Amino acid sequence: MKNSFEYAALAPIVVLLGAGVFSILIEAFVPRTSRRICQLFLVLGSLALSFGYVLINATKTLVGDPATNGGQTHGLRQFAVNGATVIDGAGLFLQGTLILIAFVAALLLAENQVDPQGDAFAARSSTLPGSEDERQFTAQGWTQTEIWPLYLFCVGGMVLFPVANDFLTMFVALEVFSLPLYLMAGMARRRRLLSQEAALKYFVLGAFSSAFFLFGSALIYAVTATMNFGQVSVALENAGQDTLVITGIGMIAIGLLFKVGAVPFHQWIPDVYQGSPTALTAFMGAATKVAAFAAMLRVFYVAFGGMRWDWRPMFWVVAILTMLIGSILAVTQTDIKRMLAFSSIAHAGFLLLGVIATSASGLSSSLLYLFAYGFTTIGSFAVVSLVRDAAGEATHLSQWAGLGKKSPVVATSFALFLLALAGIPLTSGFTGKFAIFTAAIGGGATPLVIVAVIASAIAAFFYARVIVLMFFTEPPVDGPNVVIPSWFTKIAIGVSVAVTLLIGVFPQPLIDLIVSSGIFAS
Amino acid sequence: MLTILMLIPLLGSIAVFALPAARETLAKQIALGISIVTACGAVFLTTRLSGLGGGFAVTEKHDWIPAFGISWSLGIDGISGVLIVMATLLVPLVIIAGWNDVEKIGRGTVKGFFSLILILEVFMIGVFAATDLFLFYVFFEAMLVPVYFLIGRFGGPQRAYAAMKFLLYSLVGGLFMLASLIGLYVVSERQLGKGTFDFSALANMNIDPATQKVLFLGFFFAFAIKAPMVPFHTWLPDAAAESTPGTSTLLVGVLDKVGTFGMIRILLPIFPEASKYYTPIIIILAVISIFYGALLAIGQTDMMRLIAFSSVSHFGFIVMGIFAMTSQSMSGATFYMVNHGFSTGALFLVVGFLVSRRGSKKIEDFGGVSKVAPVLAGVFLISGLSSLALPGMSSFVSEFLVLLGTFSVYKDVAIIATFGIVLAAFYILWMYQRTMTGVPSTEVTETVTEITKRELAAIVPILAVIIGLGIFPQVALKVINPTVNQIQTHVGLFDPVASTTPSESGS
Repeated sequence: MKNSFEYAALAPIVVLLGAGVFSILIEAFVPRTSRRICQLFLVLGSLALSFGYVLINATKTLVGDPATNGGQTHGLRQFAVNGATVIDGAGLFLQGTLILIAFVAALLLAENQVDPQGDAFAARSSTLPGSEDERQFTAQGWTQTEIWPLYLFCVGGMVLFPVANDFLTMFVALEVFSLPLYLMAGMARRRRLLSQEAALKYFVLGAFSSAFFLFGSALIYAVTATMNFGQVSVALENAGQDTLVITGIGMIAIGLLFKVGAVPFHQWIPDVYQGSPTALTAFMGAATKVAAFAAMLRVFYVAFGGMRWDWRPMFWVVAILTMLIGSILAVTQTDIKRMLAFSSIAHAGFLLLGVIATSASGLSSSLLYLFAYGFTTIGSFAVVSLVRDAAGEATHLSQWAGLGKKSPVVATSFALFLLALAGIPLTSGFTGKFAIFTAAIGGGATPLVIVAVIASAIAAFFYARVIVLMFFTEPPVDGPNVVIPSWFTKIAIGVSVAVTLLIGVFPQPLIDLIVSSGIFAS
Repeated sequence: MLTILMLIPLLGSIAVFALPAARETLAKQIALGISIVTACGAVFLTTRLSGLGGGFAVTEKHDWIPAFGISWSLGIDGISGVLIVMATLLVPLVIIAGWNDVEKIGRGTVKGFFSLILILEVFMIGVFAATDLFLFYVFFEAMLVPVYFLIGRFGGPQRAYAAMKFLLYSLVGGLFMLASLIGLYVVSERQLGKGTFDFSALANMNIDPATQKVLFLGFFFAFAIKAPMVPFHTWLPDAAAESTPGTSTLLVGVLDKVGTFGMIRILLPIFPEASKYYTPIIIILAVISIFYGALLAIGQTDMMRLIAFSSVSHFGFIVMGIFAMTSQSMSGATFYMVNHGFSTGALFLVVGFLVSRRGSKKIEDFGGVSKVAPVLAGVFLISGLSSLALPGMSSFVSEFLVLLGTFSVYKDVAIIATFGIVLAAFYILWMYQRTMTGVPSTEVTETVTEITKRELAAIVPILAVIIGLGIFPQVALKVINPTVNQIQTHVGLFDPVASTTPSESGS
């Protein structure tokens, strides 16, 4: 077999991982005072460059007829690195989505004006929480820039995840993006114990689920003698119902369901979302969800598409549980970050409808939903990071009372995000829900859509409750304030608002783009 | 054309909102001017309907989201035409009646209130004029937002609770409708090759009865909540009692009509088989609504709540008329929707006048008002008589048509329902007796003053319409009848006996 490495096709990933390495060199050699500015240029520049390469790949003339290319009309559709990755329309769309989300999230992470002590990360993560060291470093106004190399590796792994075409590559990508996340989750400046607890939980459970994924891959390999999705699919057609195959599919599903936060693998989500620095939660909530669903879609559409009658019942149960439990538990939350975390669980349930549909419309609606959901999530967490009192972020719901009177603009944009999460028409959330429900009914999952509607109704209650709280209650006397952020956060929120509205009102261009990217290549 | 009709209040709303907060009078004047222009436009457009035989007039269609078969299509027929006219006529009157409401409440800004009213007007026109079901759904849901803010920001002490209850009921109903809507889309995708939300295309499909029965329920649930039918009505008394009188007028007079409008204009044509299948149970619910609403109205001590419950009773009549499916009952029901908008609006506004003087909505706090403010009491009496369908008032014609039309197919139901009229007379006249007659207490003599010119300007046009339509109901029925006949033909039902046409028997 001739070894090949298609640099052009893989350029978006190479740029990001290369920038990650370069970023470490900056940490090592650039003086502390100018590190931040260098890192910011590097991160934003490499993300932009990477996005540029995605655009180049997406606009290349497609070889062959669209009919034989799964409906894809332009852009690359080729296997790279001996079939370990596949660059196709859907993969390119997901890469683009991830990079855009990462770009906006990077702006949030770069914010250093909302907290009087510095940015969102601990002055020195190695100091013990509450220790004298910590106090001194904080008092001296230290900030750290190590998150940037971590961030670049993380995004690099995520951008590889949706185009991975065998289980091993997928596993490597999974680890490349997960490990930095575990670390960054523990580096919050405020409430450090909570943050470190979150990181530990995330790490232990994440490692556990990775093991499941790897074990499942091994079992599938044992039956099919291949890791490649396309070949697995062919081999499984001949293998039929084998205990090893079913167990393998189940284990891979567990690994991926953990990453998307589906019930019963959701316990880490509220703790990690709550404990992590909010800017990182925004990134995690948006990008991890996109990347994990991208991988899940590819695995279950391409590798296990032929076995759908075997795995669908399990996914039905998981989807129903996820939608209902996510929505119901969200109602009982009193912390805004935990509420958004449970809402993200419910959304994972809705997205599972797209996986279950296993059809072209199921794929395109999932892509639409992911794009819309990603930006809404970033925007909503960005707003959360602005509402602060002396102790840091004020995340208890009661502290949000009367926010609409204190700062109408921030409260209105948050209300918009909540409405989008609730799926109210003319917001992006509605467009996504509509597309995915339609696809699910088309795929014969009408009962699931009914459950989804019930879950949406429950969810509407707690979204509406927050809006009521913000606009129709009197602010507490010693309530928190909305901090005026720097341009970084302003742009991030602005972009999220714009995307949420645009996709709500004029989704057609985006839908056209998604439809023209076709189905997964196999 | 209809887009322009919607743009006028939209731009007006933006203009009002952009004004500096201190220019309160200017904001009111702009809002009033805009709403009058809109009303004139609506009346003008409705005149185009004559001689069209019941189909859609002033139609327009632009692609919106072709991928989902969604288009921006508007058009009016006899039913939506008269309802749009009713809605747009009520808005300027509500603005006049609520001229000083915001200052009295002391919360929120004047420009906020009036720009919300105007934006609500945009959605009200849109929801009746939409000939694309998705567009209808969007307006159906979008209406919630201004109303929610109108209740939640400018309402009474329980406003947050009332606004939330209103929102949740409507949202839940809307979500079920959404589920059915998507189901309908999928059915159209299978039957027509490409999914569509176009009303005419959907009405011309032959959906198999089993599917119809399921999809029907989602829509019906949403409409039954909106129209408030027992047992989905409990949000209405709270919302109506906590809002300003103007908001209540638009809420009960116009917004709730979307429910009954949806039944006659969407359920019947698109799900004819299911409509017939569910008729018995819906008729029973309607009769229960008539009596339950009336009995609870009798028991109320709060005038706003009393009117709200009386509306539950009236909506029972409307629904009964729609599902009796005779030409008379359906024409009557449509006409009833218009009349109920005016008569309930008049009642809410007059009660609003009383409340603004006395500072209380309780019946027991009044008494002997006719001694101190005879004109106000007279206006109150006429509004009340219109609500109880006294002959000579327009509501009499519609109630009579509904009962007559129902009688020809469901004799016993019609006879039972007739007793609802007696109850209506009871709660209205008893309220009148307790508030207007007798010896005025010192509080009443001190606080209740005679009706002002502004208030007269708001209420007299409504009463004029009520009496005018009572004497010349053909004006409206001529517009309504062709569309009703078309729907009836579409459903495949015909009047049981060769009955006279409503326009001949009605007046």
